[in-house]
Amino acid sequence: MERTVKPNTSNILGLGIESTAHTFGASVVNSTKILSDVKDVYKPPEGSGIHPREASRHHTEKAAEVIKQALEKAAVKPKELNFVAYSMGPGLGPCLRVGAVVARTLSSYMKIPLIPVNHAVGHIEIGAMLTGALDPVVLLVSGGHTVICAFEADRWRIFGETLDLSIGQLLDQFGREAGFASPCGARIEQHALSSSNLLPLPYSVKGQDVSYSGMLTAAKKMLHSGKPFDDICYSLQETGFAMLVEVAERAIAFTEKKQLLVVGGVAANRRLSEMLKEVSTRHGAGLYVVPLTYSGDCGAQIAWTGLLAYRAGEEIQVERSVVRQSWRLDQVDVPWRSS
Amino acid sequence: MAVGSSGCALEKLLKKGAEADIYVTKWFGEEVVTKIRKPKTFMHPKLDAELRRHRTIREASFLSDAKDAGVLTPFIYYVDSVKGEIVMEYVTGKRLKDVLLAERLEKVAPVCEELGRCIAKLHKKNIIHGDLSTSNFIINDRALTFIDFGLSSTSQRLEDKAVDLHLVKQVLKSAHGKIWEKVFQLVLRGYGEIAGSGQIDALLAKIKEIERRGRYARVE
Repeated sequence: MERTVKPNTSNILGLGIESTAHTFGASVVNSTKILSDVKDVYKPPEGSGIHPREASRHHTEKAAEVIKQALEKAAVKPKELNFVAYSMGPGLGPCLRVGAVVARTLSSYMKIPLIPVNHAVGHIEIGAMLTGALDPVVLLVSGGHTVICAFEADRWRIFGETLDLSIGQLLDQFGREAGFASPCGARIEQHALSSSNLLPLPYSVKGQDVSYSGMLTAAKKMLHSGKPFDDICYSLQETGFAMLVEVAERAIAFTEKKQLLVVGGVAANRRLSEMLKEVSTRHGAGLYVVPLTYSGDCGAQIAWTGLLAYRAGEEIQVERSVVRQSWRLDQVDVPWRSS
Repeated sequence: MAVGSSGCALEKLLKKGAEADIYVTKWFGEEVVTKIRKPKTFMHPKLDAELRRHRTIREASFLSDAKDAGVLTPFIYYVDSVKGEIVMEYVTGKRLKDVLLAERLEKVAPVCEELGRCIAKLHKKNIIHGDLSTSNFIINDRALTFIDFGLSSTSQRLEDKAVDLHLVKQVLKSAHGKIWEKVFQLVLRGYGEIAGSGQIDALLAKIKEIERRGRYARVE
């Protein structure tokens, strides 16, 4: 991609559109702050997960209103925008396409650059911006991702990740089996608070990687054999999070970095933060947790990362602006950061 | 002053690792290392106690099994599985991680090949190291020593051996991003010398399969 780095002017205004999964979000940012962040979340029926077609239908219906509100709240007129950014991936194809179509349309109509953003990089950058973490080890935990990474040689390099399910999927799939609607993390956290009885679940750490598929099977079995529900929730959190915290600790010890940044929807879980706090203190590292409002998927993560990319001279021609359902974090060049 | 269950004075902290704290101590007049898996307070005490006991026993037994396979590891002098404590030989030298960061590639090439040979020797005896990070190999003028067998296991499955090598690749990529490909090639060359090129091909195919299973790996 050809890049011409733009001067670091403060009066840039950009719109970001997020639509990787259940959230359709739009946000306006300038060079220093988030001016608005509006979202509408598709809610599946109880006991079921996200249906890509239904979610994309939801996005299609809500897109115009969400964007309109984002502009109004920011008191920005469309013609003042310098760029429009969209989440190019990874995510669900039908959902991604809605955001892409809207962004392409705005870009063509208003003749402003179109900026592709990787959703995972978006989670990290919004977390770094809001917490002030400069060179952290990052734990990205959400429905889509479970990754421990750090910046090195132009990219976010993955130290460890899940070999199968993400931590969010583990919680969601267990929750759905119990009759909840995704996302189920908050309800599981609530139930876990009423127990302190640890049931044995498989603990699977392989080097820097974790695996959750065995734990999900075991937890579902416990559910059907009538083990107390609160105890299973408690044990899932205790065992599943301990694995994450252990690999995060290994990454801190290995890289000897002094900051640990936690981003993604599961960053909202208080028990996880509590465990991470103990570990970072032990290694003399600061713990930076993305604020709750911006931990889940949101337009701001795309708008802000779009702004960084725009300033670094990145953009994509409309005719080449595909969506990428599979787009790993470590495949994304990040020209605005230096290691 | 803190004293380990072996009676060693725990004064000089060599390294505060994720897994354990490493102290340099004296054992019958010899300078040795005491590795203590301290309780991880963030974990449920039951889970923590079980993991520490398990890993201490595993580490002690694999440190000795690896010697049978022909790979250098520290000698063990004392084990307390309940306290999670192992007293072992103090192997001085540099960690491969630091050598890779400091030296020119040509200079470290022989060590990288030797690393590959050692991994192959372990795998030949069905020992899966489980944590082949570049900070777990110590280099001195004498040889290459493997440490940290707390996550080791026994397996003859190709999958488990491939995961072991995948970990090497992942660590090189993440911590030595600029030279990782060359280093990994050298490791594979060394591995092939012991295991044969047929085994290398089978392992590389398996590694590909494992990586495809990873999240958001390319579907095509």
